[in-house]
Amino acid sequence: MTSQAETSSSSTPVIRCDSVYKIFGANAKNMLDASNGIVDAAKFQEAGCIVGVNNASFEVFPGELLIIMGLSGSGKSTLLRCISRLTDATGGKIYIDGEDILSMNDKQLIELRRSKMGMVFQSFALLPHKTVLENIAFPLQVKGISTEASIKRAKEMVDLVSLTGRENYFPRELSGGQQQRVGIARSLAIEPDIWFLDEPFSALDPLIRKEMQDEFLRLQGALSKTILFVTHDFDEALRLADRIAIMKDGIIEQLDTPANIVLNPATEYVRKFTEEVPREKVLKIESVMDPFNPTQDMSDLKVPKNAIIETVAESILNSSKPVAVINEEGAIVGSLTASKVVNVLFGGHTGKSGEQSS
Amino acid sequence: MITTIKERKYLQFLLLLVVFYLLCLIVPPSDSNILWRFPPLLKQLPIIINDSVNYLLFDWWLIDVWDPDIEEFEQKPLVNLITRAFSGVILFMIEFIREIMLGGVKTIVTFSGWEWATANPWARWPALPWTVVAGGATIIGYALKGPRLALFVFFTFAYIALFGQWEPSMETLSFVLIAAPVSVLLGLALGVWAFRSRRVETIMNPLLNVAQIVPHFSYLIPVMIFFGIGDHAGAIATVIFATPPMVRLTLLGLKKLPPEVAEAGLMSGCNNRQLLLKVLIPTARRDILIGVNQVIMQCLAMVVIASLIGAKGLGNNLLIALNGLRIGLALELGVCIVLIAIMLDRLSLAWANKQTDYFADLSFVQRNKFSLIFGVVFVAGIILAYIGSFFFKDGFNYLYLIPHNKGITTQDFWQSGVDWIWDTFFYSLKGFNEWLIIDVLVPVKTAYLGMPVIATFTLVMGVGFIVGGTRVALSVGGFLLFIALTEWWDRALITAYLVSLAVVISSIIGIVAGTLCAQHPVTTRFILTVCDTFQTFPSFIYLIPVMMLFGVTDTSVLIAIVVYTTVPATRYTVEGLISVPAALHDAGSMSGVNRIQRYFSIELPMSFPHLALGVNQTVVFALSMVIIGALIGTDDLGQLILGSLSDRQGVGNGLILGLCVAFIGLAIDQIIRTWANQRKQALGLD
Repeated sequence: MTSQAETSSSSTPVIRCDSVYKIFGANAKNMLDASNGIVDAAKFQEAGCIVGVNNASFEVFPGELLIIMGLSGSGKSTLLRCISRLTDATGGKIYIDGEDILSMNDKQLIELRRSKMGMVFQSFALLPHKTVLENIAFPLQVKGISTEASIKRAKEMVDLVSLTGRENYFPRELSGGQQQRVGIARSLAIEPDIWFLDEPFSALDPLIRKEMQDEFLRLQGALSKTILFVTHDFDEALRLADRIAIMKDGIIEQLDTPANIVLNPATEYVRKFTEEVPREKVLKIESVMDPFNPTQDMSDLKVPKNAIIETVAESILNSSKPVAVINEEGAIVGSLTASKVVNVLFGGHTGKSGEQSS
Repeated sequence: MITTIKERKYLQFLLLLVVFYLLCLIVPPSDSNILWRFPPLLKQLPIIINDSVNYLLFDWWLIDVWDPDIEEFEQKPLVNLITRAFSGVILFMIEFIREIMLGGVKTIVTFSGWEWATANPWARWPALPWTVVAGGATIIGYALKGPRLALFVFFTFAYIALFGQWEPSMETLSFVLIAAPVSVLLGLALGVWAFRSRRVETIMNPLLNVAQIVPHFSYLIPVMIFFGIGDHAGAIATVIFATPPMVRLTLLGLKKLPPEVAEAGLMSGCNNRQLLLKVLIPTARRDILIGVNQVIMQCLAMVVIASLIGAKGLGNNLLIALNGLRIGLALELGVCIVLIAIMLDRLSLAWANKQTDYFADLSFVQRNKFSLIFGVVFVAGIILAYIGSFFFKDGFNYLYLIPHNKGITTQDFWQSGVDWIWDTFFYSLKGFNEWLIIDVLVPVKTAYLGMPVIATFTLVMGVGFIVGGTRVALSVGGFLLFIALTEWWDRALITAYLVSLAVVISSIIGIVAGTLCAQHPVTTRFILTVCDTFQTFPSFIYLIPVMMLFGVTDTSVLIAIVVYTTVPATRYTVEGLISVPAALHDAGSMSGVNRIQRYFSIELPMSFPHLALGVNQTVVFALSMVIIGALIGTDDLGQLILGSLSDRQGVGNGLILGLCVAFIGLAIDQIIRTWANQRKQALGLD
């Protein structure tokens, strides 16, 4: 959390949204102009307009993974499409690297997509008439890169997503997971700075989904892209995100780190999501530790402050004395007792008790 | 009482039939009675059309053109100049391809003029030896797909050459090789345009509907007036007829694409052109390729019809053979056309599905192996032809060009076969023919002609109302009114009689055969293959065998229509039945139904929308066939259209007659489609 705050103050955001609205319908623009920015979805619906995104403002920083979470119809995919300008936002401003993309003409937009953006789709959206290799090389070829160079690059991408040996397969000959690997490789072929993923793993079986999430984390560890990731799966969001934006009816209900969302849900709607979440799988040690008291009799065991509780719980429970919590430099920043961990693990699974315990 | 009628459709139909029957009894047949026949108020329409066409062609927008012969400016109408110029371009392209294969002088004349060409007799484009053309095509087949296609291509050309049909076949081929690509490109362009703009789509849809139902013959007349007579006119008529299905399937394919495909293309950085050519069209290629296949089939179906306005080649010869009742020759020519159709279809499919291998590190010889082999074939063919000129002294060099009708032939065999059938089955055939005509066809025809116009309207509009409410009733009534106000209502009734009889028979055959075959996967695949094969045959092919057996009678036409239209009826039945989900079968079985019960309570209702569309197709097919039946003599609308072909003032008549046929089709289409869509919605299939 603190590291997040540091990056935000030190660098400019890659993506910045300023009161973005997307309203579908014939008269949407006029109605929005007349509403002074206060959009009542029910009123708009009566007039035949459907509100997709309602006053979304946020920033995404370099190397950050922001997940937009919401159920179907919440406007999360619409928001993503506004930012990639696959649809034009009805109102507001969207900046990519400080440039206003809504005022870009077609040529600039194509240039932006060819150099900075990659996108992965829920239904994979591979070109059925092209092989794995040709699909991955496609964004390079439309850019005008020679066949030889683009195929060479595509081969590297095939290796990166572990599809070596299947270069000449057609999409129909691959499993869902493999197809999405191709989709990922295609979106990364031009080495984009910004990576959009629209429910990339939702169409996959649970086991494959887990495997692909691991693969995704591995890739992100190696590549450090700025990522906007859309999902309806709260567990997936908690597992992957730096920050999560939870959307409902086009409105961002809360935008915060996974731990803060679980510990301090902003609205009733968000609380419902967090209720069933096993918090030891989400929370880091630092969010439940006590302040360090030098006079205390400490165990020899030290745990890093950004470890997920579940991964160190067993050793803390086995230790009779409080355990020291250290930061990246190895300095002790807090302590944790077994009883505290027990409380997290088996205590009341509500947001309130979470607040008390921290 | 009234509420029960409102709820039960069959009671409504029953009531309608009673009213219809009463009207038939009450209204007396007399020409002065407006309830018996409407007055032909639209009688002047053909004349008005003729006058406007003539004005457009000869008097509208005159411009001065320099005439080098009389060295003076001459006034010529613009439209005429444009169409003549257009004809010239098309004709040049056809002649160019034709002369590559057959040799000639016209291409050279285009660039040098007749005087020069006559003065220099050496300036002739030499024909390629048939061995080179066949070899070249075989190599293309191999390069695109592999040995099986190559073998088929070779067989096709060998058949054509051996049976002495080389020249007409190459004439036909050169004509198709221009008409088909033009239709495909035009259809693709229009389809994309309609896809891009909703307004264009709304305008184009009804036009396509009409264009697909208006009989082939009707196109010929305006084309002939505007573009004259010859291969180019045939090609233009063919393009007009072959383009609509291409437009429709392009549009269908593009609309079916999920939005994510376009989005993926955009996010890959495509501009508009790249998105269209590299993403949308290739992704929609399944439907688009069906369109290409349709175009090729339409082109070859038009081969015979285009010969009526001067297209040379197989079609012309086939027509002559049919008229001369030379069944064997007609059969051989028909086989030529079918083989060319299948060959072009397979080649275009293979071309569209071709794949590149990026890994192969090839040497020059490997990369150019096909060109090199062709070079070898080229030289070898010419040497063979040269050697041949020493062997065959009497003017026919069989290794160069096999002269027309000098190949082997099986004519005598077929002719004796026909004779044998006649000798053996004369009485049974004649008996059947007479029985059909006297006991079935004539009574039905009389009944149709005995309907007062008011009764027909009540029946058709009533069905429209019961099925689809006021809107459908009114539009169906509109279609009928147009026909009733022309002077050809009686002829239209004759067309309707042949079509409805054929549709009933072929629907019954098709549904029964389809149902039986759909019971087992092996028979299912078998029947679908049979349907595929039959659909490759151009419609007039069916006229050959029936004429052989039944001569020039309504029986022949009826049987030809039935054979031709049973194909779509069967296909849609099978497809409808196999599209019923397996879970429903299982659910049925677990509820304890037996096979018959399952068919009637589950499969039939579930596949009803599909069946209805099959019947709809049957109607469209039957209409197009009944008009072609005019070639062997009927007395319906088709015969009149054929007649107006040879009439200088035939444009108006031809067009209005064509519209009459189209409106019969559209009226039936409207009713069946509304009904099928309602069932679809009720079953939640949409």
